[in-house]
Amino acid sequence: MKHTISVLVENKFGVLARVAGLFSARGYNIASLAVSETMDPEISYMTIVVDAKDEKILEQIQKQLNKLIDVITVTDFTKKEHVERELVLVKVGCSLKDKARLKKVIEKYVGKIIQCKNDTAIIEAVGEQAQIKQLLAELEKFTVKELIRTGKIAIAQ
Amino acid sequence: MNGAQILIESLKREGVEVMFGYPGGQVLQIFDKLYDSSIKFILVRHEQAAAHAADGYSRATGKVGVCLATSGPGATNLTTGIATAYMDSIPMVAITGQVKSFLIGNDAFQEADVTGITRPITKHNFLVKDAKDLARIVREAFYIASTGRPGPVLIDIPSDVQTQETDFIWPETVQIRSYKPTLFGHPGQIKKAIKLIAKSKKPIIYAGGGVIISNASAELRQFSAAIKAPVTMTLMGLGSFPSNDPLCLGMLGMHGTAYANHAIMSADLIIAVGARFDDRVTGKLAAFAPNAQVIHIDIDPSSISKNVKVDIPIVGDVKNVLGQLLEEVKKAGDTSEWLKTIESLKKKHPLKYEGKEKISPQYVIESICEITDSQAILTTEVGQNQMWAAQWYNHIHPRSFITSGGLGTMGFGFPAAMGVKVAFPEKTVFDIAGDGSIQMNIQELATCVCNKINVKVAILNNGYLGMVRQWQELFYKKRYSFTTLYNPDFVKVVEAYGGVGIRVTKKEEVRPAIEKAIATDNVVFLDFHVEPEENVFPMVPAGEAIDKMIGGLA
Repeated sequence: MKHTISVLVENKFGVLARVAGLFSARGYNIASLAVSETMDPEISYMTIVVDAKDEKILEQIQKQLNKLIDVITVTDFTKKEHVERELVLVKVGCSLKDKARLKKVIEKYVGKIIQCKNDTAIIEAVGEQAQIKQLLAELEKFTVKELIRTGKIAIAQ
Repeated sequence: MNGAQILIESLKREGVEVMFGYPGGQVLQIFDKLYDSSIKFILVRHEQAAAHAADGYSRATGKVGVCLATSGPGATNLTTGIATAYMDSIPMVAITGQVKSFLIGNDAFQEADVTGITRPITKHNFLVKDAKDLARIVREAFYIASTGRPGPVLIDIPSDVQTQETDFIWPETVQIRSYKPTLFGHPGQIKKAIKLIAKSKKPIIYAGGGVIISNASAELRQFSAAIKAPVTMTLMGLGSFPSNDPLCLGMLGMHGTAYANHAIMSADLIIAVGARFDDRVTGKLAAFAPNAQVIHIDIDPSSISKNVKVDIPIVGDVKNVLGQLLEEVKKAGDTSEWLKTIESLKKKHPLKYEGKEKISPQYVIESICEITDSQAILTTEVGQNQMWAAQWYNHIHPRSFITSGGLGTMGFGFPAAMGVKVAFPEKTVFDIAGDGSIQMNIQELATCVCNKINVKVAILNNGYLGMVRQWQELFYKKRYSFTTLYNPDFVKVVEAYGGVGIRVTKKEEVRPAIEKAIATDNVVFLDFHVEPEENVFPMVPAGEAIDKMIGGLA
């Protein structure tokens, strides 16, 4: 089962390696990871998405995360009310005649075409991962040249 | 002051009296300042031994052990010792030199990413980038190492930081917002535990290294008496409850006593105190103590419900929690029938061995125990020697049985014994060794001779890597693949270093040799030529339930 875990950490070098090490040492792949400063520049916020093959192992990882000296709090959003978003940037092949069609697709989402030149459009879109997935499926009608996702971020309600 | 002076001054303020280590290119500044300092420095012959000696010093005293090595190979040589301390939760501070900060990452001479390498084997580590931070970092390192669940902390100091001049400012307090160990048990959990204890007819206390670390032996004894429950211990817990107490069941698990294993398997309540249900203790998890409810006291929440499902977890320092429980225990359950069962189990399945023509290794341990009146501090190597030392010595006092339990590090016992002897020069310190293990740090004979560290090493010399050979005998059709050792003449080796060697080949020579060794004011190797194919019994085969012991004598 996929878990979204947020970790509040001291904003210091080496902290990300400590956090990541607890997953990698158990053969766990991090599906996505978003890290940035909080309002307090001494604290960083990490949102980690991980697919847990074994819930017991994940529970152990969370306890181990809490043990790290530089970790302030650990929250598993899986069983908690929360809002989550992801941002994608997509580069799509787009001739002039495609543009209207592309616009129509984008309109259904929180997104827009931010640039369009030389037969290439760059699209940004924000949403829950299910919406992003749907959008990407629709974009398959066009030629997707490049795709970049921020990974999920989440905040408690 | 420069960084090196700040380091030494900070160590002094932390109360460091002795350090173990080895010099090198990137710690020249530190050694220069150490030269004039009041801190006693023991020069070892291999950095691994410095880490083990600091570890042994810490286990015997309860203080933070300190070791020091140079960058690159010096630091990587420490890692086995750091990992050993980490697995057994030993407070230790390891200090390493690093290449100049502006060269880090450039593959400089003797460079290694030491904070990277030691990240999973330290409780925490620091790379010092500015001498201004050094005093605070040393303070935090000692605080982190010695509080909560203790463990090793490494401080990596680039050589330019060692020469950097700055003011010395000693922080009076430590403030780490994200690190606040839970020291007392939750009162609600204590009440629940008391209820369960009152109902229990067959309780057993399962004590681990946490009891020793938190100096809770007295509380453990009071608690056992108050609830009338027998006590079994892990390898790390030996000495936390005296083996001459009638409620003592000795060690449990793979090579535990048969009566301890039978007792825990039929208990209705396990009170785990500072222990972590290691696989060597539980055997086959699904079959472990099927009728028991579990109360688990541990300072580390990640140890609880890791292997065994726990009914009442109590997070807190073992000493405090036992104190809280003692305050609340008014009436214990009636355990008289249970204690009778325990007595008959003890009578039915005593520890025993069969005397053979050659010297029995168990007899050597028994003799050391008798001659030292159970008052020596024992260290061990790893393997059969370790298990026999656990089984056949009377462990009366805490901090007197010093062994690498978690990592199982061969080569640990001899340098650890040095650390113990440096802490307690007046005590008799024995390393119980095998002919394999002793050769993993035999170079430390030089350290012992030069510093007059008069430890006694009892080599149970069977010409094999005995424990692996035992497994090969029992589970690999006696195919002794690379476990037969060609050994040097240990007496000549120790004499070459300036110590004393005694070869013992006959049973009647055992006791006089031990007495002579203790009376000798020098490091002594006792080379006991023991029964080559003696096995450690009882034994639970890997993956079996712990009451399925083999060995005929169980």
